[in-house]
Amino acid sequence: MSASRQKMAMALRAAFPHTLPVLTGFTCLGMAYGVLMAGKGYGPFYATLMSAVAFCGSMQYVAITLLIISFDPVSAFLMSLMVNARHLFYGLSMLPRYRDMGKLRNVLIYLLCDETFSIACTVAPPPEAKPAHFYAVISLLDYFYWVAATFLGGLLSSLIRMETNGLDFVLTALFVVLFLDQWQRKENRASAIIGLASAAVSLLVFGRGGFILPAMGSMVAALLMGRRRLCR
Amino acid sequence: MPLNPLQTLVMILAVAAGCALTRFLPFWLFPEKRKVPPVVRYLGGTLPPAMMGFLVVYCLKDMDLVASPHGLPEGIAIGCIVLIHTWKRNVLLSIGGGTAVFMVLTRILE
Repeated sequence: MSASRQKMAMALRAAFPHTLPVLTGFTCLGMAYGVLMAGKGYGPFYATLMSAVAFCGSMQYVAITLLIISFDPVSAFLMSLMVNARHLFYGLSMLPRYRDMGKLRNVLIYLLCDETFSIACTVAPPPEAKPAHFYAVISLLDYFYWVAATFLGGLLSSLIRMETNGLDFVLTALFVVLFLDQWQRKENRASAIIGLASAAVSLLVFGRGGFILPAMGSMVAALLMGRRRLCR
Repeated sequence: MPLNPLQTLVMILAVAAGCALTRFLPFWLFPEKRKVPPVVRYLGGTLPPAMMGFLVVYCLKDMDLVASPHGLPEGIAIGCIVLIHTWKRNVLLSIGGGTAVFMVLTRILE
């Protein structure tokens, strides 16, 4: 075994255990996505293609609705920008960690999802592995879990008709859980309430069709106005 | 499958482009040497919890409080998630339990 291969194996051994929760979660959510897509007439090929190319869990679920309304790629693009706007802030947090990553840098950025972000910003690379390898292994494993689970879900659903009514609630549940995890830290609570309230009020005022932009706008405005108080 | 294969491919690329832009933009705006302004750092810290609140509401946007079952399955299921998660802090248990409760309730409370 060459030295670089040995280093890669060490990175794999160090990173894999951290991705186990993601493996379990993505198996559920990815398979559910494949099943839901199949329920709308999009078989494993299209579901897997979406997972492999776009790789953005929540937006992929949102896009199911877009894929059955009408052909409107501009709305899909804008919606994707807005739903994924949180990545901007993952990127800002990863700026120092993804420094000096060489050729792998663009791969790491392209695959930066919620789960990979949460691991990569909490776990420090072990001394025996190169940081670039360690981060790359986390990203690639998470990516593989998602794509493989989607394919499997799509495949199984066309073999056996699964009862899927209500299964899409997994996504709501996921966000409620992530919200509670944020809520655990006291200094996050004001921001969490601002997010909930601006979205709820915008939904009441503008209706389900056009509330996203007002919600995002009022959220950022409220956060900026409260900056002196919320500053940490 | 309501869209044809080419339309579907274009939709996939549109979703991917929007997502990739949000991932690359910070790295383009702040290359390795440039300093991140304090207001951006502040938003980087406060937006994640706010976004989670937004996403919860976003998922519930199609809920109808007027017609039966008046959002009860969603409300009760979310209540269960809060209880299970505060108790065990196990992400998969909370998600699985909440979804199971929801699926049962939507069948009982028609």
